[in-house]
Amino acid sequence: MLGQRIARHGLTILATALVGGLLAATLVRFAPGFDTDEAQLDPHLNSVSIQALRQSRMEQNNIVRFYFHSLQRAFKGDLGTSISLGQPVSTLLRDRAPLTLRLVGMGLLLSWAATLAMALSAAWLRVSAYDALSTIISGTLLCIPAAVLALLSVLWNVPGALAIALIVFPRDYRYARNLLAKAYSQPHIVTARAKGLSELRILFWHVVPVVAPQLLALGGVSVSLAIGAAIPVEALCGLAGVGQLAWQAALARDLPLLMNITIMVTLVTLLATSSADVIGHVLRGQEA
Amino acid sequence: MSVWRRVACAVLLLVAAVSLAANVLAPAGYAKQYREAADSGPSSAHWLGTDEIGRDRFARVLYGTRISLLLAPAAALLSTLMAALVGGLAGYLGGGWARGAMAITDLFLSLPWLFLLIMVRALMPLNVSPLVSVLVTFLMLGLLGWTSAARVLCASAGSLRDSDFVRQARASGVRGARLFWIHVMPNLKPVLYAQFWISIPAFILSEANLGILGLGVAEPMPSWGSLLKELEGLVSVGSEPWKFVPLILLAVVVTSFQIVMSKQEEVAA
Repeated sequence: MLGQRIARHGLTILATALVGGLLAATLVRFAPGFDTDEAQLDPHLNSVSIQALRQSRMEQNNIVRFYFHSLQRAFKGDLGTSISLGQPVSTLLRDRAPLTLRLVGMGLLLSWAATLAMALSAAWLRVSAYDALSTIISGTLLCIPAAVLALLSVLWNVPGALAIALIVFPRDYRYARNLLAKAYSQPHIVTARAKGLSELRILFWHVVPVVAPQLLALGGVSVSLAIGAAIPVEALCGLAGVGQLAWQAALARDLPLLMNITIMVTLVTLLATSSADVIGHVLRGQEA
Repeated sequence: MSVWRRVACAVLLLVAAVSLAANVLAPAGYAKQYREAADSGPSSAHWLGTDEIGRDRFARVLYGTRISLLLAPAAALLSTLMAALVGGLAGYLGGGWARGAMAITDLFLSLPWLFLLIMVRALMPLNVSPLVSVLVTFLMLGLLGWTSAARVLCASAGSLRDSDFVRQARASGVRGARLFWIHVMPNLKPVLYAQFWISIPAFILSEANLGILGLGVAEPMPSWGSLLKELEGLVSVGSEPWKFVPLILLAVVVTSFQIVMSKQEEVAA
């Protein structure tokens, strides 16, 4: 049963990533200015070089053929060469992925630490003033565009990871708070409290098993949010990560780079949500 | 209606009314330049000062508010209609149609929203007239923002398909489009209203993000996104606080929308 679920998720991830890559390639192919290349205007190039440049662009005109050739090469480890940066895509991704991973990882860690701390304390304390204060903080952050938070992090000289955490936190907090509040209002937990069980015992024995699958699902979604937040943060803070690379690729209509980043982002996002789903399924099974 | 919701409604009405009266209230047009007073602070002539090429910031805030406040609901309407058509129809038809439509929505939802927006916006013409850039930006928001709403509508329409009154209508000989438009769609209205209200602040924030990244409304047309781009040039937060007025206004409007739609969110869930 679990094997079937994992296999189904695996196939969905693969199919979605492949279709996503094809869609990205199609969009770029039909974008205005795709057929033109600044390099063709270089007065240092002779007619043979210009012809070669045109030929290489022509090869990308048939989008399906281009996409399948790219996939064939990708299986051999060759992800193509970036048109705008003139470097192999695999090198660019290898160089920049660690920074983004660190940024997104730290951002998620900070965001979830704040989310759980505030949501749990709101559920434990049950003081309306504290609940209102935490709602106002998360609500205010929710009303500020992600790019403004990125700009403010530059102004205040705050690490990019904190900016990502501040972008992701309010989205996570609202759901986590509601989930925990609902769990704590269940009759068996009210009874456990009345019988004098310690808060920690109630949390780990009665609340966590109920909310863990949903919190895991939320965790999966927050990976996607953090990756999305990494784009403005890296672009505006001048951090050379994959988010900034995606931004540059989109502006330069760099087909090989954009296609590979889209596939990568789709894979990471789907992997996160599917893993959360599978682990949640296992936890629910244990609970049953 | 709670006091907070009344206050939020009043704030939204006030901001909308003031922005609609921009022609009367603004000291000049949004593109008029006062070159002798470029990049100046607040004064009696320019309440919020001028930008780096001498345009009155107060006038630009008023006109920018008008653009963002008028077009975000238009984009929300478009996305809600698309969600109703795709999600509602897929849920009503069920089977392979529903699976196909949901596969498409999953594909869109698998990409982070901002990544999808940046990718699609960057692939559209960038050097277009300001008016076209406004239309392109909000049209794109409307055309891409329907997917999560479609999921909710597909589930709602799917449950309606097997409901007693639809079965009865079917047994009475009502078929196809008539059944969908007369019996299914009216029952999806609460979900549609909720999705519409939820989309407005989301689109306002998305436009602001695109504007700051230089992919939103083109100059000299103002929008909250392009006005917030000015924050990029700040040296410190306290040096020119009047530059934060568009951000405060945006936060107040988005908060008001969130208070107004707090009931709608429960319906959408």
